[in-house]
Amino acid sequence: MEHHAILRVVSKLLIPPILVYALYVQWHGDYGPGGGFQAGVVFAVAFILYALVYGVDEMARVVPPRLLHASAGIGVLIYAGTGVVTMALGENFLGYNALAHHPVHAQEWGIIIVEFGVGVAVASVMISIFIAFACHNPPLKDEDW
Amino acid sequence: MSADLIGIAIIDILLFTFLVVTAFAIMRLRNLFAVVMLAGVFSLLSASLFVTLDAVDVAFTEAAVGAGISTVLMLGTLALTVREEKKSTHSAFLPLLVCLVTGAALIYGTLDMPPFGGMDTPVQTYLAPDYIQRTPIDTGVPNIVTAVLASYRGYDTLGETAVVFTAAIAVLLLLGAAIRRPGKDDGKE
Repeated sequence: MEHHAILRVVSKLLIPPILVYALYVQWHGDYGPGGGFQAGVVFAVAFILYALVYGVDEMARVVPPRLLHASAGIGVLIYAGTGVVTMALGENFLGYNALAHHPVHAQEWGIIIVEFGVGVAVASVMISIFIAFACHNPPLKDEDW
Repeated sequence: MSADLIGIAIIDILLFTFLVVTAFAIMRLRNLFAVVMLAGVFSLLSASLFVTLDAVDVAFTEAAVGAGISTVLMLGTLALTVREEKKSTHSAFLPLLVCLVTGAALIYGTLDMPPFGGMDTPVQTYLAPDYIQRTPIDTGVPNIVTAVLASYRGYDTLGETAVVFTAAIAVLLLLGAAIRRPGKDDGKE
């Protein structure tokens, strides 16, 4: 891949906006279209683009597969854990009203937290599935491009 | 019919025509690389249809997951197998019959449904107005879809997240977790 200057430069230019856009979709899911699922996928796409251009090994140095497997579980745990916390505070499972004094604030907090859990889980799952597939393929040789 | 509705109808007819053409092309092609690309096009067209239905959240998901990630993963799968579909040896009669019967049953089922966009359906008479009224008071979240997804229907979304997690576990079990790359432990390290 050393010779593909255009691909390398363009992907380097593209990856930061993709990551920022993913964060925007994540945190503005309350106000516009989007949310954890879409943000997770867009976030994962940035890493997949990096892996396609620089190779899976380089990408695995940035986010090790072991970390991804853990964070996929952590994402689900954040979501389910929010339910357990609200139960401990005397509400129903996922009854966010217990999270703050005012129900509107509590709902907003609850939605933001569970959407964050969804985003973490989806992004980690997508990247680790991609790594699982890509690991079995030899990297493309220059002649094949 | 107002000019807006005619415009929407024209866009809908165009999109559905493209969908049918893409589906036929997917059926006829033997080159699986082209099939994967056309499947991505199919997803993008469905996403556009969701936009015309004002379901932007669904359209966003369809475009990101269906047209984006799925295509990449299908290409990854393709690299593990062959690029040409084998000629089928059996006749197409039985699959065609199954498709026609299923399609007929589905169309028969839609005859009972209220007309599209009908104002007197249960959804329009109490469910949607109820959510539109309650969401600002209960949650203060402007995007009602997000409020329904993460608060009113929080259980379902937890289930969906668990499904995504389960998919990852299944793929990692089948293909290997790749904590160490297979190429690396051939003594090179």
